[in-house]
Amino acid sequence: MPQLEIVDLKASYGSQKVLEHINLSVEKGEIVSLIGPSGSGKSTLLRVLMGLLPPEQGTVRLDGKSVNYANKAEVRELRSSIAIVFQQYNLFQNMTVLENVMITPTRIKGWPKAQVEADAIRLLTRVGLAHRLKAYPDELSGGQQQRVAIARALALKPEVLLLDEVTAALDPELVTEVLDTIRELASEGITMFIVSHEMSFVREVSSKVVFMADGLVVESGSPQQIFDNPQEPRARDFVGKILRH
Amino acid sequence: MSDFHLAELFSYYNVVLLLKGLAATFLLSVIGCFAGFVAGFVIAILRMTRSLALAPLRAAAFTYCFLFRRIPFLVTLMLVFFASQSSKLELSTFSVALVSVCLIAAAYLGEIIRSGLESVHKNQWEAAQTLNFSYLESLRHVIVPQAWPIIVPPTFSFFVMFIKDTALASQIGVMELTSASKVLTNKGFSAALVYGTVLVLYFLISYPLSRLGKRLENSLAATRNRRP
Repeated sequence: MPQLEIVDLKASYGSQKVLEHINLSVEKGEIVSLIGPSGSGKSTLLRVLMGLLPPEQGTVRLDGKSVNYANKAEVRELRSSIAIVFQQYNLFQNMTVLENVMITPTRIKGWPKAQVEADAIRLLTRVGLAHRLKAYPDELSGGQQQRVAIARALALKPEVLLLDEVTAALDPELVTEVLDTIRELASEGITMFIVSHEMSFVREVSSKVVFMADGLVVESGSPQQIFDNPQEPRARDFVGKILRH
Repeated sequence: MSDFHLAELFSYYNVVLLLKGLAATFLLSVIGCFAGFVAGFVIAILRMTRSLALAPLRAAAFTYCFLFRRIPFLVTLMLVFFASQSSKLELSTFSVALVSVCLIAAAYLGEIIRSGLESVHKNQWEAAQTLNFSYLESLRHVIVPQAWPIIVPPTFSFFVMFIKDTALASQIGVMELTSASKVLTNKGFSAALVYGTVLVLYFLISYPLSRLGKRLENSLAATRNRRP
């Protein structure tokens, strides 16, 4: 049974269709990357999965159980097993690094504070930020903020992690430190959904690559298939352009 | 000659009159600011909601803010005054003034607080939402702490302006500072002297308030780290 299954999903912003006939399934521990030109609906797909944009039709199944996005309780349950990291980090600006990581487990989940704190420090150490626990987000570089955001997501022990263009707002030097963090996670068997424009990274870590354009899944397959031998003209065109650069 | 006037102006009876006026002005200001702030907060929070079920309340809150910020203070005062008379509630003139100041302060502060809350970036709401914060939890832990430094300065400048506006209560016969000074000038005391005294008394109320506002501003700027 796939851990996450998307069947014939459709979504729009007002009258503008942004996703159509999306079918995807993700096995536990798989790393699925969404690639494609800007505006193709990659980020929107993650927003729909997270319940930030209600789908118009279609089914999302998590561990075989379909999720009704109109039902608040079901969305809450879904959000306790899926976490998202945003392109713009979206750290809470009024809290320190440590508070950002601890607030949800302690105040929302009610987990015991001592254990959460130990956990948070362990996570922040892992992403290389043990020395900035008391810093506020705007005292950190973009790469550091993004690593805090990843730690914040992991503190909830999610089953699935969604990464929405997490390196798009970073300069090239900082990209590496964030990608290293994700690479490490990838080796630990957490299921990940990655939207990224870092093609060599995508090729390296993904178990499956999905090429999207104009709100549709155009082609999906192994990284080798998509990058070396794409079947669809649209995908071939996109990959060709990237590889030329 | 002026010594004689001063001594006479500050006779026991007149001092009591001025102090009573001061107390009335003080009460109108403090209760108006406080109740207005609390009510304004509720209005702002209500107006930020998105749920369909709350749509009628949202519309009511919007209309309330929209209307009461556009009616002159004096007209609101008269409205409440005549409404209380025709409804046989028989509120004292002081209560009428009190209700009016609360109505007005709530409308203005509701708008100030709402714009402060809205100044917090949408992505903060989204992050909280995806971490399963409820609406009120998002407000409490994330939005309000960030909106605070935006809300405080206009709130205190409103308070200071508002204290002066309570003088309009004299128009319906409330014995506050301005009415007391009218009584004294009618009794033949030098207007310069009487209003000079009243000026000092108004200043005594509003100056500590603006100092408090300044201090709050600084301390809030310190908890959130200041940008260079």
